[in-house]
Amino acid sequence: MIELIIPAIISCIIAFFVVYFSTPPLIKILVKKNYTVKDMNKKENVMVARPGGISIILGIVISEIVLYGFFQLNEILAVIITTTAAFLIGYVDDRKVMGGWFKPVALAIAALPIIFLGAYDTDLAFPLFGDVQIPLLYLGLIIFMIPITGNTINSIDVLNGVASGFMVIASFTLSICLFILQNYEIAIVSLPLGFVSLAFYKYHKIPSKIFPGDSGALTFGAMYGVIAIIGGVEIIAAIALLPAVINSFLFLSSVKRVVEHRQIKGKPVEHTDDFKLKATNDKTAPVTLVRLILASGPLTEKQVGFAIFKLAIFSGILAIITAFMMGVSL
Amino acid sequence: MKSGLYGFLFAMWSLIIIGGGIMVVLLGPFTIQQFGDFHWIIPSGIKVTIALVLVVIWILILSKLKNYIFKKELTF
Repeated sequence: MIELIIPAIISCIIAFFVVYFSTPPLIKILVKKNYTVKDMNKKENVMVARPGGISIILGIVISEIVLYGFFQLNEILAVIITTTAAFLIGYVDDRKVMGGWFKPVALAIAALPIIFLGAYDTDLAFPLFGDVQIPLLYLGLIIFMIPITGNTINSIDVLNGVASGFMVIASFTLSICLFILQNYEIAIVSLPLGFVSLAFYKYHKIPSKIFPGDSGALTFGAMYGVIAIIGGVEIIAAIALLPAVINSFLFLSSVKRVVEHRQIKGKPVEHTDDFKLKATNDKTAPVTLVRLILASGPLTEKQVGFAIFKLAIFSGILAIITAFMMGVSL
Repeated sequence: MKSGLYGFLFAMWSLIIIGGGIMVVLLGPFTIQQFGDFHWIIPSGIKVTIALVLVVIWILILSKLKNYIFKKELTF
């Protein structure tokens, strides 16, 4: 057991402190180069550095390389390659406005290393009912999973601290579930994601000093998706991600096509005079999770963020219950 | 509103558990042996089709459920 504990502690410390110490200089560089965007939910003209994905990927890659030094697992290589590819895709989108289909298609290609490295099992595990072997379908699942998790996290990155805070809750939930299922090695591989998210949250929480950008959000989402696949916990991962899935589901079912947020004309949310967030009555605007939370009345940005975190904790509890149910067979 | 969101989350979770059960019961024992070297491709293709149909049904149920739970809020 000690051979697992030491790498786990070292990689978690590295993941946390690489992001913790690399983000402040990154903010300075981005501000100096004028890589900033307006924080739309602030009354004053606040400009925030973007993209923070650079420090996020740095923390993930360094900690996973250290882990690879301890365990030479193809699964760790799959995490490093696919997550780095997702970061690059996001970085391109941060720098240049790409079409609505660019990210899903590019992320599907980014998922291929998981297949080439054989870092997956074709059995899909369900609680209570057991496993189902789906060799061909599972390949399709891998190709679809990374774009879905990547874009799902990206779609929830709408308020200060929400994407990173949500990732802290979802990724630690996934790690706990992997420990419950006694998949210790992959649980350790998953831990840096939680610690990277936690360190980044310090700078991303309200009032944000840096935004993750598409590069950060896709890095979070892609790594989460890879862990779900290599850990064989796809269903549990989907459950822990349900609030973000609801957001994507509501958005897609109201817009009825794959489209970039910036291409939508109608505004789902507006500001009151005291700059609280308020749901609009615009019928052309998409239905989103934030809009539904605000349907009962205006709230501050912080209150909406905490409402999302409470939903994430609720779905995290459901995911942990599901992990325990995996051991029960009807 | 917030209780509606928690209800919707719980409903999604229940649908995943039930849908998973149907997947295992329908697809788990599904094998066809008479296709020689392609024996795993054809059953897999059929499994893909059944799984896709199940996913479409799952989305339709979810859509109906969403309209029912959020009928007050979805008057935007």
